[in-house]
Amino acid sequence: MKDGFPKAARSALADSQLRRNLGHATSTIRAKRARAVAEVEDWEALRDAGAEIKERALRHLDVHLERLEESVQAAGGTVHWARDGVEACAIVARVARDHGAEEVIKVKSLVTDEIDLNDALERAGVNAVETDLAELIVQLGDDDRQSHILVPAIHRNRAEIAELFRRKLGVEVSDEPAELTAAARAHLRAKFLSVPVGVSGANFAVAETGHVVVVESEGNGRMCTTLPEVLVSVVGIEKVLPRWRDLEVMLRLLPRSSTAERMNPYTSIWSGVSDGDGPREFHLVLLDGGRTDVLADAVGRAALRCIRCSACLNVCPVYERTGGRAYESVYPGPIGAILTPPLEGLEAAPTLPWASSLCGACYEVCPVKIDIPSILVHLRGRVIREVGTPAAERAAMAAMARVFASRRAYEAAQRMARLGRGPLAGAALRPWTRSRELPAVPDQTFREWWRERRA
Amino acid sequence: MRASLFVTCLADTLFPQAGRATVAVLERVGVDVDFPRAQTCCGQMHANTGYGHEVLGLLRRFVAVFGDAEVVVTPSGSCAAMVREGYERMAVQAGDEALAAQVRELAPRVFELSELLVRRLGVEDVGASFHHRVTYHPTCHSLRLLKVGDAPLRLLRAVRGIDLVELPAGEECCGFGGTFAVKNADTSTAMLTDKLRHVLDTGADVCTAADSSCLMHIGGGLAHARAGLRVMHLAEILASEAS
Repeated sequence: MKDGFPKAARSALADSQLRRNLGHATSTIRAKRARAVAEVEDWEALRDAGAEIKERALRHLDVHLERLEESVQAAGGTVHWARDGVEACAIVARVARDHGAEEVIKVKSLVTDEIDLNDALERAGVNAVETDLAELIVQLGDDDRQSHILVPAIHRNRAEIAELFRRKLGVEVSDEPAELTAAARAHLRAKFLSVPVGVSGANFAVAETGHVVVVESEGNGRMCTTLPEVLVSVVGIEKVLPRWRDLEVMLRLLPRSSTAERMNPYTSIWSGVSDGDGPREFHLVLLDGGRTDVLADAVGRAALRCIRCSACLNVCPVYERTGGRAYESVYPGPIGAILTPPLEGLEAAPTLPWASSLCGACYEVCPVKIDIPSILVHLRGRVIREVGTPAAERAAMAAMARVFASRRAYEAAQRMARLGRGPLAGAALRPWTRSRELPAVPDQTFREWWRERRA
Repeated sequence: MRASLFVTCLADTLFPQAGRATVAVLERVGVDVDFPRAQTCCGQMHANTGYGHEVLGLLRRFVAVFGDAEVVVTPSGSCAAMVREGYERMAVQAGDEALAAQVRELAPRVFELSELLVRRLGVEDVGASFHHRVTYHPTCHSLRLLKVGDAPLRLLRAVRGIDLVELPAGEECCGFGGTFAVKNADTSTAMLTDKLRHVLDTGADVCTAADSSCLMHIGGGLAHARAGLRVMHLAEILASEAS
């Protein structure tokens, strides 16, 4: 059971270390992204192209997915279709068991977090080892959870990480980044060279050619996709791109938007299997997991364009203060607020569409131009109609709507407000007055002044 | 030019001084101002809170009241954005094509005050004088929906005697967001606290903006903290004359 955003945010806001870590990290990457984007003259045209490519992919998603299946099979891969996370996890567990694997090594992947793959594998007797440094930090932490799409351990500083490594990996390290990464490397290298099954997500899957693409910074993903004998990639169906050439746009948009780099250090692209090169078996698991429900919402479906760059998180003034865990979802921040409710069901996350001041900073940076504020407003309406909101709120909104519907009612309500009564008096605004004064109601409204002046 | 003033329900009821100042500035630059009394509210609060179905009536009312205006001017970036950027989509979503067509016809004639002055009338010096240190908060909807750019700053720079100081991290939201300030009061307050810190750091006597709602939030926070610094609507500074 979730707490809901207002309550979950309250405890996060009280965590001074979290506030400091987040404030520092987001302001740094915000400035870096702005510089990286300013270098590209045709950035706005690129955004248009990115939005158009993803829209085209979504418009005929069924056609592109079947084409992807054919292309992957033709290249020697096996394609599985999973209706939900449970099915997807079962497929991965079966592949691991078929090869007698007690461990799998994982590329950083949001979709496998979304479906709780690690827990499912553990229940099936398979240990999942996270190889992304930040994911490893989260995995080592007691009851820790990811708090950022790209930088899952953004809520941790290096002193906390050093303490964690000393305790969980049994190594003596200082909080120098070089020492910390060296400790992680020693731990992970042994896994890369011994574990027979790798598991990844994907940034893109190309229908035309059957190529799967993983974009990363550390090279650990490259290790996982090339060294094991078997590779399983779990991919949400919205990740499909129709054509190979679409990558030209996407691979330019993604690094600058996410890590503020001109080009990301590692881009792994493969199709099926090749003799003597990389895994001998490749499985592609195509996951629905609520995505066709999102697709069915004509306004909300644009959320499926998302390429998980996390630029919206980094510019969001709400995210900057609450951090990711207040969203109680693998997908936090503005994109999480529009993706989680339709993916999990509106009743499972009814407060998230209101977790925004609608300032619009997210829309401004989105590389595929998702109008996040408009979708938030749309989802607010859907929650009110399909799940419900407090009766007092509905009554207050209805009363104000009646007042605004007639000049006489409105002018009467203005006079009542002066006496501290009625729908325009703001008497029920206790959450406001805890930290803000309410303005005094003046003796004369503007319209009374206007009439007096004309008389 | 004859401009119909959409004063907004908030300024009409709680901040009439912003409305009076808007009239004063417009008349000073030779605009003939009228105030259609049938106006009430644009429906922004209902729309943004998710009560879009309550708004259609207010949308029709706005079109009926202001449809024949030469231009509509309003001292609020977010209300101007509601009409110009929001109304058409709402009419289309409601399946009312005739209304959408009326909105499309009206929307280009709707201006926020600084836009009307700088972009439409080409006026930057409105003959104001104001001998105080002032910092300007560029509200989110003015900035990102209306894209007023530096129009308010051009007007402020031309004010005699003003000591205009830049607000650090000015483009970050103050945390108001309409009902967000109540529904997510803790997060809203955290955002406001940072905004207040930046405002206080400027050493300004006055914080100004082109929207009474954001100013109600910032001003409410400053008053709560007994900060001894006031907020004034942009129009009030532009209406000031040497005393």
